[in-house]
Amino acid sequence: MGTGSELAFWLLAVLIVGSALAVVVLRDVFRAALFLVLCFFAVAGIYIILSADFLAAVQVLIYVGAIAVLIIFAIMLTREAQRGSPSNRLQIPVLIVGLLLLAVIVAVVVDTSWPAADVPPPAPTTGDIAEKLFDKNEGFVLPFEIASVLLLAAMIGAIVLVRERKEE
Amino acid sequence: MNFSPELLAPEIAVAFFAVVVIVLDLFLERKGTLAVVSLAGLAVAAGLTIARWGADPDTTFNSMLVVDQFALFFKLLFLGVAALIILASADYVSKFRRFQGEYYALVLFATVGMMLMASTAELVSIYISLELASISLYVLAGFLKSPESSEAGLKYLLLGAVSSAVLLFGMAFVFGVTGETHLGQIGDSIRNMGLDKLWDSPALLMGIVFLVAGFGFKIACVPFQMWVPDVYEGAPTPVTAFLSVASKAAGFAVIMRVFYTAFGQATALSTDWGMLFAVLGVASMTVGNVVAIAQTNIKRMLGYSSIAQAGYLMVGLAAIGYAPIGDILGRSGVIFFLASYAVTNLGAFIAIIAISNKVDSDLIDDYSGMARRAPLLSLALALCLISLIGLPPTAGFIAKIYIFNSAVQHDLMWLVVIAVLNSVVSAYYYLRVVKVMYLGEPASEEGVPSSAALRTALSISLLGVLFFGILPRYLLNIAESAVKMLT
Repeated sequence: MGTGSELAFWLLAVLIVGSALAVVVLRDVFRAALFLVLCFFAVAGIYIILSADFLAAVQVLIYVGAIAVLIIFAIMLTREAQRGSPSNRLQIPVLIVGLLLLAVIVAVVVDTSWPAADVPPPAPTTGDIAEKLFDKNEGFVLPFEIASVLLLAAMIGAIVLVRERKEE
Repeated sequence: MNFSPELLAPEIAVAFFAVVVIVLDLFLERKGTLAVVSLAGLAVAAGLTIARWGADPDTTFNSMLVVDQFALFFKLLFLGVAALIILASADYVSKFRRFQGEYYALVLFATVGMMLMASTAELVSIYISLELASISLYVLAGFLKSPESSEAGLKYLLLGAVSSAVLLFGMAFVFGVTGETHLGQIGDSIRNMGLDKLWDSPALLMGIVFLVAGFGFKIACVPFQMWVPDVYEGAPTPVTAFLSVASKAAGFAVIMRVFYTAFGQATALSTDWGMLFAVLGVASMTVGNVVAIAQTNIKRMLGYSSIAQAGYLMVGLAAIGYAPIGDILGRSGVIFFLASYAVTNLGAFIAIIAISNKVDSDLIDDYSGMARRAPLLSLALALCLISLIGLPPTAGFIAKIYIFNSAVQHDLMWLVVIAVLNSVVSAYYYLRVVKVMYLGEPASEEGVPSSAALRTALSISLLGVLFFGILPRYLLNIAESAVKMLT
């Protein structure tokens, strides 16, 4: 990695962690949602540094575009959004456990000798991803197909749960 | 590598019939037909599964789908459990004004997910199959839309989402260290690493711990059990039965395949996770049994009892971890235990469905004198509870002997002692229900009616409990052949 992309990585990393913290800490749900959008956007930046161009585009389109809009709409349609996210007595224990977990994960990640590929990443990636996804002998067709059944089940479930019970 | 999508036929059949049920729901007035169509779908899938029984194991879809004896056994188990659940739901569902078709369809979709969980050997596919089963079950848990049921659905969804995130995190660590998502290739990669490299990769251990946490949620072992009592209490009773039997069995199927195939090759590693399962098993047994004593609601009591049963099953997982390669006792023990636990717990829940339909309460006190009001149902429930304790002549007795034997063979005597002590404690709260039913004063003399479908389901479960208990050889043979996993 060159110094330029290293600098970009650290800037994005600070942005991601900062905005993610804001999502959790802020009491105003609407602002939290906006910070979530920022977080998604910065993650797309990380994908660009890793030369995962297709993933970055999809991240912006789906997460920043669709999901963020959906979340904001849901908040605006919720009556009790003004009250904000309620606090509870578990804050301090959760903070301690969270920090401990963070310390363990950081120690583990730093301590591990990760295997790294010695070939440069392919670019552009879109064609290769399509091959990997849809090639019936070497690709991920099975999870792709299961995902379609999953979406069908989720849609049916959403309809069942959301439709009002009408007294007939 | 040849491409043979016909290996997926049973799953496709169940998913197809799920769609048929939803479409028929639009046109049919008599909703009872929907249950028949669902059962037909399960029967077709079972036929397709049995047709492959005994055939050479085969893989397709880039080796992601593995059809071996192990997968076939679990597919048949899930199909059978789903069929009993649909039979037992018939009365319950006929009270719904709407969404009867969707109820059956979601049960079928959950079954597809569980069948795929037992049959996929690749992390991404395993995760998506697990989500398919989970999302269908989240909705089913909240199906009644009453405050309790909604709370059950929401709690299950939120905690389930967290556990899925942990599971994915674990999978990411494993992928990061080994560079593979296929279980067999992960196993090869770990074997090639050698001990030095293995201890130089704590991320792999961390990944394994996260996988245990993620799957531990599905099998409801301590400390990932907090969702169990509320969800079991609030969900519709047939769904509770489905959760406690099929979802748990699917979790164990995944654990066995993932840990045996991917992490079972290096003995240094497998004793590690064997120990982890042993400790979690002790915690599950003890917490489940002790807290169950204090319960007044029978669904909550069976919830804690199912946590304890997960603990006994984990004795088997610990034995697998300690087992040298090629051992079959631990795995066939878990498989036998899961099958006998399935018929036993289903029998208990079906009896409870029938009784609570009449008395409209799940409190143990309201079962007072039930033996005089519903002698056969009470006898059935008593028999299932005896099987849950693990007393002869029931399936639970053989299952416990078998699984404890596998642990003794691998020098886990201390674990077996704790498990046996726990079984003694459990006798207290199981027998208390029997005592209330047989010695208590009935609140009224009214009988408890039950439909033919429910009686059929109950009879099948009871036959299973007695048959596996008295003539265990047949199921043992099947369990021993089901151990043949393609690695």
